Amino acid sequence: MTIDHEMLTGFSKSFGLFYLIAMSIGVLVYAYWPSNKEQFAQAAAAVVSDEEDRPCQ
Amino acid sequence: MFNLHYRLERSAIGFVLAIIGVASIGGLIEIAPLFTIDETVEKAPDMRVYTPLEVAGRNIYMREGCYACHSQMIRTLRDEVERYGPYSLAVESKYDHPMLWGSKRTGPDLARVGGKYSNDWHVAHLTNPRDVVAESNMPAYRWLSSKQLKTGDLGEHLAALRAVGVPYTDEMVSNASSDAIGQANPDTDLAAGVTTRYGDKTDVSLFDGNQGAVTEMDALVAYLQILGHLTDAAHQSTQNEVE
Amino acid sequence: MISQLTGTERIVAAFTFLILICFGVAMAAAGRGDLIGTHGWIIALSAVAGVIALLRAYGAPEPSPARLSEYYDDPSKVGIVLTLIWGVVGMLVGVWVAALLAWPELTVDAEWASFGRLRPVHTSGVIFGFGGNALIATSLHVLQRTTRARLPDQFSPWFVLFGYNLFCVLAASGYLMGVSQSKEYAEPEWYADIWLVIVWVVYFSIYIRTLMRRKEPHIYVANWYYMAFILVVALLHIVNNLAVPVSLGHAKSYSLFSGVQDAMTQWWYGHNAVAFFLTAGFLGMMYYYLPKRAGRPIYSYRTSIISFWGITFMYMWAGSHHLHYTALPHWVQTLGMAFSVVLLVPSWASAGNALLTLNGAWHKVRDDAVLRFMMLAAIFYGLSTFEGSFMAIRAVNSLSHYTDWTVGHVHAGALGWVAMITYGSLYALTPWLWKRPALYSPKLVEWHFWLALSGTVVYVFAMWNSGVIQGLMWRTYNDSGTLNYSFVDSLVAMHPYYIARAFGGLLFLAGAVLALYNIWMTIRIPVPVAAESASDIPMALQPATLTAQAGE
Repeated sequence: MTIDHEMLTGFSKSFGLFYLIAMSIGVLVYAYWPSNKEQFAQAAAAVVSDEEDRPCQ
Repeated sequence: MFNLHYRLERSAIGFVLAIIGVASIGGLIEIAPLFTIDETVEKAPDMRVYTPLEVAGRNIYMREGCYACHSQMIRTLRDEVERYGPYSLAVESKYDHPMLWGSKRTGPDLARVGGKYSNDWHVAHLTNPRDVVAESNMPAYRWLSSKQLKTGDLGEHLAALRAVGVPYTDEMVSNASSDAIGQANPDTDLAAGVTTRYGDKTDVSLFDGNQGAVTEMDALVAYLQILGHLTDAAHQSTQNEVE
Repeated sequence: MISQLTGTERIVAAFTFLILICFGVAMAAAGRGDLIGTHGWIIALSAVAGVIALLRAYGAPEPSPARLSEYYDDPSKVGIVLTLIWGVVGMLVGVWVAALLAWPELTVDAEWASFGRLRPVHTSGVIFGFGGNALIATSLHVLQRTTRARLPDQFSPWFVLFGYNLFCVLAASGYLMGVSQSKEYAEPEWYADIWLVIVWVVYFSIYIRTLMRRKEPHIYVANWYYMAFILVVALLHIVNNLAVPVSLGHAKSYSLFSGVQDAMTQWWYGHNAVAFFLTAGFLGMMYYYLPKRAGRPIYSYRTSIISFWGITFMYMWAGSHHLHYTALPHWVQTLGMAFSVVLLVPSWASAGNALLTLNGAWHKVRDDAVLRFMMLAAIFYGLSTFEGSFMAIRAVNSLSHYTDWTVGHVHAGALGWVAMITYGSLYALTPWLWKRPALYSPKLVEWHFWLALSGTVVYVFAMWNSGVIQGLMWRTYNDSGTLNYSFVDSLVAMHPYYIARAFGGLLFLAGAVLALYNIWMTIRIPVPVAAESASDIPMALQPATLTAQAGE
C-alpha cells in the first residue's frame, strides 16, 4: 500500500473522530470513577490546608 | 480503564507520555496530509526561483519585520480579489522558506504588488512614505539607499535554500554574487548572466536609480517587484470560487 | 546564590560556564562580520560573569544539610523580580510601537528604532520575558508545595532561570540588530532556538525528578497544566523552528518548510503557543494561587481534569483557523473551525470553575484587590475564549482576519487574562516567599487593579471598533458596484483608535510600574522583629500570617 494524499486525508478524517470519542470517554470515566472521588477531594483540600510550609521528611 | 488511568497518573513518566500522545496526535493528523499535498496542488511549470538579489531583498523584508503589517495572501473573497488581484494559490509560495503570508494588514496586501508601481516610486516611498502617501503611517527606511548590500555570501544562501528544496542549479549557486550585482546594473557584462540563468523576463534594472554599488534598497525593491510574478498560474486559473 | 551550591554543583557550574565560553568565543570567531558574532560575545560574557560569581564565592562553606528540610525558593524569588522587570520593559516598548502607529515619526532615525524591529521586542518581551519568567518562577514554587518535595538540586533551577533569560536577551537584542527568522512569535534564529531546547530539557528534568520524589500520592492538577506547558511547548518549538543555517558563521537560516506546509506549521505553533504557553501554564498558576488565596478548595476538581484533557487534545487541531479562505485545503480549515468552536466547552469549564470557587467568598473579593485580580483574570479568560471561538468561524473570520480585531482579541487575553492572573499570583506569592506579613502597600495594589482594568477596557474597545470598521470598509461597495474605499481611507479612519489604544496601553504600563515598585519595596522593607526572631519557622504556622493572607 502506498501512502498517498487521499489515504492520509481519509485516515485523518475518520481516525480523528474515533480518537476524540475514545479519549473523551476515557477522561469522563476516570473523572467520575467513584473510588477516585476521595483522592480528588484530598488533593483539592491539600492546597488550602495550613500544613507547615516545608518538604515532607 | 480505571486501573490504567490510576497507574498512569501515579507514574509521572506515564503521565508525560499521555500528554505527548494526546497533544501530538492532533497536529500529526492535521499536518501530515499537507506533506503529500503536492499531488493535489496546481502545477506551475513556468515558475522560476528567486534571483540572489531577490533573496537578499526578501531577507531585508523579514529583517525589518514588514510581514507584521503586510500580508502576502489574497483570500478567496470577492472584495480582496477586486482590490488586490487574483487570489493566492498554494503553488505561488512553494519556494518561500519561510512563507510570509502574514496575519495583519496595517498596510495593504503585497502578494501582487510587483510591477504595480515604478522603481522610483518604491525608492521614494521606502525613503519616506509620507512624501508619496501623505496619510501613511509606515516607518521610513532612510538607511536602505546608503547601506551597501552584502553580496559575497549569497552563494551560501542559495546553497542553504537548495538544501531545503529550492531547485537552484550549481551554476546559479556559484554565480550568485555576480548575478546580484548584475541584476542591479543593467549596462554591465554581469547583467547578461542573470537573464540566462533566471529567464528573459527577469527584471534587470537600476532599482535604486544608481549605477554601481548594490544597496539594500536595490535588493528590497527587486524583491517587491517580483511579488506575484514568479508564475502566472494565478492569472491562468479560473478563479471562479470567490465567495 | 553560589554559596548555596554544593561542592559538586559548583564544579558542574564551572564546567557549564567553560563550555558556554567556548561556544560563545567559537560563535564570535566563526561569525566575524555577521551578527551571530555579536551574539557569541554576549553568550561568552554572560558565562564569564558566571565564572566571576563562582570565583568570588570560592572557599565559601558548603550549605548545611539543614537546607533539605526547607523548600528551595531563591530561584523563584529572582524569577519574580525578572518577571516584573521584563513586564515593564515589554509593555514600555508596546506603548511605543502603539504610538508609532498613530504618529509614525515618533522615533529616532536609526535602524533599531523602526517599528518592524521594535514590535517583536514588545511581543517577545511580554510573552517570553514577562510570561515565561512568571511561569518558571511560579511553577517551581507550586511544584514543591504540591508534591511536598524539595527541588532535586540547587544548580539546575538557576541554570533554567538564567539560561532562559539569556535566550530572551538574545532574542530582543537580535531583533534590534536585525536578526529575525520572521516566524511570528518564534522570531529568534537557530542558535537561540537550540539554546532554548537545552534550557527546556533541564526545566523538564527538574519537574520530572521532583514529581518522582513526591510525597503526595496524587499529582495536583496545577502540575498537569505546567507539565503540558513544558512538554508541548518543547514539541512546538522544535518542529516549528526546523531550519538550515546558511553556515555556522551566519545568524541567518532558511526554514525547512515552505509555502502552505510552513503556514500550517507556523500557525499550529502560533495557536498552540497561545494554548500551552499563555493558557495551560497560566491555568496551572490559577489552579494553585486562586484557591490558596481564597482559602477555598477548587470548586470542582473533576471539571479541572476534564477540561485539562479537553484543552490538551483540542487546541492542537485549532491552528488552521488562522488560515481561513487562504490556499490551505478547505477540509483543514473546516476541521480547525469545528475544533475551535468545541474548545469553548473546556475553556468555559475552567473559567466557570474559577469563578465558582470564589462563590461564597465574595466579601474577600470585595476587600482584597489581589483576589480581585484573579477573579478578573478568570472573567477575561472566559470572554476571550468565547471571542476566539467566535472569530474562528469562517464567516466571522472573513471580516475579522487581517484587522485590528485580532489584535484586540489577543490583548483581551494577554492583558485581561495572562497579566491579571500573573500580577494576582505574584502579589499573593511575594509576602509568602519573603516571609512578610503583607505587601508594602495594599493601596497601590488597588491603584494597579483599576489602572489595569481601565487600560484593558480602553485598549480592547479601541481595537474592536477599529477592527470592525476596517473590515467593513474593505468590503463596502458603492452603488456602481465597485469598492467604495481605498486602503488609505481605512487607514485614516483608524487614527483616533490608534491614539486610544496607545492611551489604554499607557494606563496598563503605569500599573505594571506600580507593581514593580510595590513588590520591590515589599522585598526591601525589613522583616518585623517578631517574625525575624522566628524566621526559620515557616510562616504558615504563625497566626499573624494567616490573617494577613485571608484578607489584607
